[in-house]
Amino acid sequence: MHVPDGFLDATTSVATAGVAAAGVAVALRGARRELDERTAPMAGLVAAFVFAAQMLNFPVGAGTSGHLLGGTLAAVLVGPWTGVLCVSVVLIVQALLFADGGITALGTNITLMSLVAVAAGWLVFRGLQQVLPKTTASVAPAAAVGAFVSVPVTAAAFTALYAVGGAAPIPLDGLLTAMLSWHALIGLGEAAITGLTVASIVAVRPDLVYGARRALESRRLEIRTTELEEA
Amino acid sequence: MNRRYFFVAFAVVALLLAGVVSLFASGSPDGLERVAEDQGIANTAQDHALADGPMADYGVAAVDNGLLSGGLAGVVGVLVVLALTTGVAYLVRRRRVDSGGS
Repeated sequence: MHVPDGFLDATTSVATAGVAAAGVAVALRGARRELDERTAPMAGLVAAFVFAAQMLNFPVGAGTSGHLLGGTLAAVLVGPWTGVLCVSVVLIVQALLFADGGITALGTNITLMSLVAVAAGWLVFRGLQQVLPKTTASVAPAAAVGAFVSVPVTAAAFTALYAVGGAAPIPLDGLLTAMLSWHALIGLGEAAITGLTVASIVAVRPDLVYGARRALESRRLEIRTTELEEA
Repeated sequence: MNRRYFFVAFAVVALLLAGVVSLFASGSPDGLERVAEDQGIANTAQDHALADGPMADYGVAAVDNGLLSGGLAGVVGVLVVLALTTGVAYLVRRRRVDSGGS
């Protein structure tokens, strides 16, 4: 969903650059609470994985493809603030090294695929965690649903930006319908990749998955209770 | 799984995805590109300022072989992203001293 230069006017691009800079600055502070010596290497690996997965365009029909955005995946694996940093680094490297996503559109792309996608996916994930059992088995399904929702939400956010500062005067309801329908399909791929990846990592090292911490803590509490009863 | 083995395995998976699997990825326009064409806004896109860069469009310009060029670009991208993000993570992480143990 990389926005090229020229889609949005200069005013809107400057505004989204400001939003992106502020968002990344807040994320740098927030990530401090999520990262320690043990989990810091995960951030680099998760960003590298998101970069790699974004290269894997999968067909969604009618000569159209989609690829992972990765915001929900990163947020669940390393925490939402660190997730913002991971996806932002990916987008910066893509724009500067691979000419993917415009330079003047970099703020727009960080706002959409990093800030909006992470926020949407993480909020849905956390919401589901409130109602699902606190087990490691529910982490991957919750992540998948969050991932699915994050894609059309990001597509709607692009449409909103286009309504404010789009270069061409086109009917916005048509743009919104087209963006939502294609990205609902792409969201299914996002959900599948996110669910499988989170499930695989939770299976081998749940302690390294940020979104599994609550489940592991409640598991630890149960063990402690049993020990007390035995004593 | 040992933590170090896990990290190495994770990195190898990312390198294989970007260096090999990506060569089989769909070349069709993505969702936004499709919508832009259908809705008549694709022509407002400007050429990328760095379109002539050494690794523009996920290919190493200096390598003629298409598969090698694409695979190499993917591997370089993974390593650059890995290095940059790991650097940022270590700069902002909690130090053991002020985290109060554990």
